[in-house]
Amino acid sequence: MFPFHPSILHTKLRREIWQMRGQLLAIALVIAGGIAVCLLSLVNYASLNATRGQYYQQHQFADVFVSLKRAPRHLLQQVAEIPGVTRLSGRVEGGAKLEVAGFQEPVSAHLISVPETGQPDVNQLYLRQGRLPDASRSDEVTIIGSFADAHNLQLDAQLTAIINGCRQTLTIVGIAESPEFVYVIPPGGMLPDYQRFGVLWMSQAGLAPAMDMEGAFNSLVLKTAPDRPVKDVINRLDRLLDRYGSTGAYARADQFSHRFLSDELEQLKAMALIFPAIFMGVAMFLLNVVVGRLISTQREVIAILKAFGYSNRQIGWHYSQLVIAIALAGLLIGTVAGLWLGRMLGGLYMEFYRFPELLFRISPMWILILAAASLAAAWLGGWRSIRNAAALPPAEAMQPEGPAKFRITLPERLLSWVRLRQPSRMIVRQLARRPARTALSVAGIAMATAIVVVGNFQFSSVSLMVHTQFARVQKQDLTVTLTDPVNQTALYGMARQPGVLYTEGRRQVAVELVNGHRSWRTALTGLPEQAELQFVVDRQLNNVAMPPAGLLLTDYLAQALEVTPGDQLVVRVLEGKRPTLTIPVAGTTSEFLGVGAYMNLAAMNRALGEGPLVNQVLLNLEGDLADTVYRDLRDTPKVVGTNLRQAMLDSFFETLARTFLTYTFVISLLGGIIAFGVIYNTARISLAERGRDLASLRVLGYSHNEVSHILLGELAILLIIGIPLGWAIGLGLGQLVVTALQTELYRVPLIITPRTLALAANVVIASALLSGFITWLRLRKLDLVAVLKTRE
Amino acid sequence: MKAASLPETPVFHTTGLTKTYHQGEVEVHALRGVDLDLYPGELVVMLGASGSGKSTLLNILGGLDVPTSGEVRYLDTDLARATDKQLTRYRRDYVGFVFQFYNLIPSLTARENVVAVTEIARNPMEPDAALELVGLANRADHFPAQLSGGEQQRVAIARAIAKQPNVLLCDEPTGALDSATGILVLAALEKANRETGTTTVIITHNASIAQMADRVITLSDGQISGEHRNPTRQDPRTLSW
Repeated sequence: MFPFHPSILHTKLRREIWQMRGQLLAIALVIAGGIAVCLLSLVNYASLNATRGQYYQQHQFADVFVSLKRAPRHLLQQVAEIPGVTRLSGRVEGGAKLEVAGFQEPVSAHLISVPETGQPDVNQLYLRQGRLPDASRSDEVTIIGSFADAHNLQLDAQLTAIINGCRQTLTIVGIAESPEFVYVIPPGGMLPDYQRFGVLWMSQAGLAPAMDMEGAFNSLVLKTAPDRPVKDVINRLDRLLDRYGSTGAYARADQFSHRFLSDELEQLKAMALIFPAIFMGVAMFLLNVVVGRLISTQREVIAILKAFGYSNRQIGWHYSQLVIAIALAGLLIGTVAGLWLGRMLGGLYMEFYRFPELLFRISPMWILILAAASLAAAWLGGWRSIRNAAALPPAEAMQPEGPAKFRITLPERLLSWVRLRQPSRMIVRQLARRPARTALSVAGIAMATAIVVVGNFQFSSVSLMVHTQFARVQKQDLTVTLTDPVNQTALYGMARQPGVLYTEGRRQVAVELVNGHRSWRTALTGLPEQAELQFVVDRQLNNVAMPPAGLLLTDYLAQALEVTPGDQLVVRVLEGKRPTLTIPVAGTTSEFLGVGAYMNLAAMNRALGEGPLVNQVLLNLEGDLADTVYRDLRDTPKVVGTNLRQAMLDSFFETLARTFLTYTFVISLLGGIIAFGVIYNTARISLAERGRDLASLRVLGYSHNEVSHILLGELAILLIIGIPLGWAIGLGLGQLVVTALQTELYRVPLIITPRTLALAANVVIASALLSGFITWLRLRKLDLVAVLKTRE
Repeated sequence: MKAASLPETPVFHTTGLTKTYHQGEVEVHALRGVDLDLYPGELVVMLGASGSGKSTLLNILGGLDVPTSGEVRYLDTDLARATDKQLTRYRRDYVGFVFQFYNLIPSLTARENVVAVTEIARNPMEPDAALELVGLANRADHFPAQLSGGEQQRVAIARAIAKQPNVLLCDEPTGALDSATGILVLAALEKANRETGTTTVIITHNASIAQMADRVITLSDGQISGEHRNPTRQDPRTLSW
């Protein structure tokens, strides 16, 4: 026979679960919160990862990319013969400026040719609507979905494009996505801007003449055999294409969209590890405390069962079932909520990343692991108390826990000049009598506070990051990128244009920074001596003086390249005469957004062996004349791209911030639920533990409120100690989070504002008030005679 | 009425039993050397003031506690040196308890409280038969909170006798009850003793109850201070206090 007798104890269990449902649900919520955070993070990460994998595979996303000046198409045959190359596509690419009806601000576009045969062999398009441009037509385009959505462009709508100085009217025949542009970022920008930047696909026959590329290509994408080292293919390509003005072949890892996407996925993965670890850890700890105390209140029942002759094992199993029931309820709620939230968040990420469709992925293994973890934690929490209760000789356990050793406490002695009333004295002594239990309660409240801090601090950190970037570091209204460098004197002419208040020139060149086997493709930016509009700040937000010579690197980049100030870095310039220079690293700086390499503009031009050239102009505009400036710029042939400060700011909040902050909002909401679960239980259990004492006081003539004062006063003291402690723990966990979440794109600073602390405290205090109110109601219903007469 | 026939092998045999509690920093000598034999089928009332050690003695006899020194045997079982597992086994197979505060499990009905014991017992009677015996067959589906104190105590008795224990140990079974209700409870105990032949020990500070016993043992200050045998057991219904 089954060694346990489930029937009647089952009945007892079922009824008690129903009776304690409120309290048990609160405990289950603690588990559910932890599990939901785990699942939503895992689902989110796994789904995006799987979606990307499938998208890349089905649409033949390239392994190697090359940009070059101009190469004849017959060279493609030679490229195809390089061992390891399996598929390739030679294309024409170029920049254009667009005019969209009803939109005044400058819009830039990236144009890519589509072969006569239709879909290219590599980087195939996913057509949402319509079709590819007809091979014989030069006025048809297929546009990227993000741009179509941002301007609500439909099929058959028309766009005006200025390609290579020529104005042309284009008809939209299709709306598509490409694995190359999952993350759509304008040139010279750092953040997606769907309104002011679009990707357009045109027929080879249409684009090649416009770009003076007839019979030629200036962009090559190819796929390699999985068993061939990509490095070999790259070396062969570089040798072959060097004399055609190649800026160097690079692998997928350096491709812009892929790199940012990988970075984001890495960050999601880190979040999927760190938040669940923190949340499950805290939830398990709290569960342990709460279940332990719940079982302690059952000590007399345990004694009776023992007196009947139930064995420790049977009693242990009986209470284990209670604990398992709680854990299962939590698991169920948490799984449902986690999957639902994960799906919702995935949908949000989908608006940001241009994937054709989201694959929903969740491995049952995770759910099993989470189930095992929460069952184990719940059971371990109960086990100590079950064991303690069962270990007592029943005769002793059946006595109400006799007057324990109370003493005059230290705080009382210290406060001997204060006339404490008896109830206050009871509170102090109760807390001092069981320092371990008091410590656990305080720890529970502290953890609840900390978890809200961790979920929340990123709101203020991200705001600060953006504020810093755009208010302190980038003061320009507009950044204009030119096709070719111009002499600095050109700035004077620009500054005289109507609507322009101030101009500042700088130069960006594409480089590859190399230190041994580590390399990084980025832009090297030359900043003028006395930069007024955009400069570099350190972690304390102070301006960093540009060293007269040598490189200033973002610390994240310096770490990635494993260089420190004083080291020599090889700088391979990828444009112009393409010299390879060796420049010392003069310093590092911390930036929140992006990574960069900076140099004194004059020193940079000297190093490049060139005159005082600039290719970017930062402008401050007179507000009401901005449209005039935009129009002038659109008609200036040498301007390729413009970035608006406000647009970048908006775009940041619309895209990155929205997904990131939604995630953290959900997390802090779940943190709040956990906090409530813990505090409600603390209050309920102390009511259960103190019921007899309080009833005795009522019999002695204390009023309901005076008795409530004892119970709620105890809770208040726990809060007063627990909340500041929780802030401190939150700070530590926050440090852990920001360290884990550093990416190339942005590094959230650990900024915990008074608002965050206040919010955490408020969540905890609100939970306490609600729990306190429920306890207060319960106290009013206390049946005095019954409590004194019986010993339940 | 049946009187216990002597001499027989005692059910319980204790010699030099002592028990010392440490309550905080105070040592309490609850038992200071108790020598006692209890025989099969007899109904013993143990009298004593509060603090005389009678509950401690009962707890030791029932395997709820172990003595500090001395010997206590149940038939051939040495209860003083038994392990927790052996004591559990002993309680489950041989002992029925009735407590002053009933100690029913509040979440179980009267019948279910009885079943809680019968389903782990070796040779139980029907739960309903046990309730019938204490006159509560019609209240079987009530929860403790729906029963009066006397009814709760009778459920506790039904629960104790339902396993057909060899000994029935009752700690102040009428302590929380008024006299009329107390008599009903005593009558139930007496009937159970008479009909099942279970050795029954009732401890009380109420001397009137002594008249229903075969034998009366008085404890004071942790020692046996008196013992006498009633010529006849008086029907509990004729008692009053």
